[in-house]
Amino acid sequence: MTANPAAIRCRDLAVRFGDVQVLRGIDCEFPAGEIVSLVGPSGCGKTTLLRVIAGLIPAAEGRIEIAPPAKANRGEMAFVFQQPTLLPWRTAVENVALAIQLTDPAASKSVTLGRAAEELVAMELPLDAFKRYPRELSGGMKMRVSLARALVTRPMVLLLDEPFAALDDMSRGALGDLLLRRWDERPFSAVLVTHNISEAVLLSHRMFVMGRGTIGAGIVDDLPRPRDESVRVSAAFGQAYARVSAELRRMAEASAETLWPLPPDLAEAKLPRGNVDD
Amino acid sequence: MTEKISWTTFLPTIGLAAAMLTVWQLLIWFGNLPPILLPSPWAVVVAGWDNRVVLGRGAWVTGAAAVAGFCASLVIGTLTAALMSQSRMLRLAMYPYVILLQTVPIVAIAPLLVIWSGYEFRTVVLVTLIISLFPIINNVTEGLIAISSDRLDLFRLYGATRMQTLWRLRVPAAISHLMLGAKTSSGLAVIGAIVAEFFVGNGGANYSGLGTLMTGWQSLGRTAPLMAALCVSTFLGVIMFASVQLVSRTILQRWMGND
Repeated sequence: MTANPAAIRCRDLAVRFGDVQVLRGIDCEFPAGEIVSLVGPSGCGKTTLLRVIAGLIPAAEGRIEIAPPAKANRGEMAFVFQQPTLLPWRTAVENVALAIQLTDPAASKSVTLGRAAEELVAMELPLDAFKRYPRELSGGMKMRVSLARALVTRPMVLLLDEPFAALDDMSRGALGDLLLRRWDERPFSAVLVTHNISEAVLLSHRMFVMGRGTIGAGIVDDLPRPRDESVRVSAAFGQAYARVSAELRRMAEASAETLWPLPPDLAEAKLPRGNVDD
Repeated sequence: MTEKISWTTFLPTIGLAAAMLTVWQLLIWFGNLPPILLPSPWAVVVAGWDNRVVLGRGAWVTGAAAVAGFCASLVIGTLTAALMSQSRMLRLAMYPYVILLQTVPIVAIAPLLVIWSGYEFRTVVLVTLIISLFPIINNVTEGLIAISSDRLDLFRLYGATRMQTLWRLRVPAAISHLMLGAKTSSGLAVIGAIVAEFFVGNGGANYSGLGTLMTGWQSLGRTAPLMAALCVSTFLGVIMFASVQLVSRTILQRWMGND
């Protein structure tokens, strides 16, 4: 699989929160028009990396290059949070319209609401839910609205921070399929943070496995497309899953050695073997 | 907050009032108390009826001052809170003075305000404004600041200006806090108006608010109409609170619930 030119390049990126080194030596490229997953255990820095790319957190060292430059304030870059982050005083369609109102204040109200409604149709939200307030929507519906708000400005870069983590398996699967269909209609560059290996394998073109603050080499996900239910139960899916799992283990071991070397006195001490649960 | 109201909702309140009236009447019958100390409930009712025109005018004047002061506190309090929400430095500079509004006893300020502003209706409004202001500023500032970081990040990401963030995020998010402050202030407004009228009425001005009537009747030892005025002022406070509660319920229907 030949990679497209990079949409996002991270060059020797480091992030510190006070004295804590959260990310270090992050060097990676996210090819244009691909869905790339960042996979790793909780606390490994996936969300921090995503937020640095979005410009929400400054990098202590290194730099990010986005080509062509995607400006969030023009709607060219969008972010989907783990929680739907809807405004409770706005209806579903008004929540989607917010992205247009902020990025294109000159757009008329009717145009704004019209585009928001079209996006909600594309996200397969039932028509009778358009004018409902967030408290009247299910978790899956809220996330459809959140995705619609991100996609309504036609972003070149879409950043997704575990958007399906709080959903049940059915909603998670349905929304994953929907995201793939939306990408098929109009390919965009996406970075998806997830700790769910199956989700990463099913949705991505490429996966980066992260250890504690570090990133591994990208794993190309060459499962056939479109990726329907048959892909999920194929041998190729199982093999891809196993490769990511193995890389996760390798990264965990490597980062345990590099980031937190034990002091010599502790390293030489004979610690009890076995599982702590034993 | 959205529970339905039916006539049974008020049964406990009515029952408690009936019990208190019964105890009061029993005290009159068996306590052998002089009417100047404690008139009977019926005597208070009769005094209220006999003075209905004066009491009605008094309620109107006090109510007008309370509403004017309360509305002024809503506007000034919200604007002050909006200003304070814009920078931590401003909050640090202004907050001690805002707390002064709450801590300085209003009965100590009222005579001073009478000297400065005169025995006028505006002085009563001013005292009412001062006593109602703190809950509004405090609650609205809290509402304007306490925004979830994800929502703020969303607005930052889309390059929202300070004004866009204020009008599209902070102000709507602070509405429920404003309503909470308004409920507290509505009760305080009537108290402030009556306290101010104690001082304004003392100047011999042609002022006819409930507070003025109360001081007049107290100096004449007319306890029954004094208590009737007290009942009217309480009723005024309840009406103010209930009105704000009604508006609050209607508006908050939209604002309630998380995403």
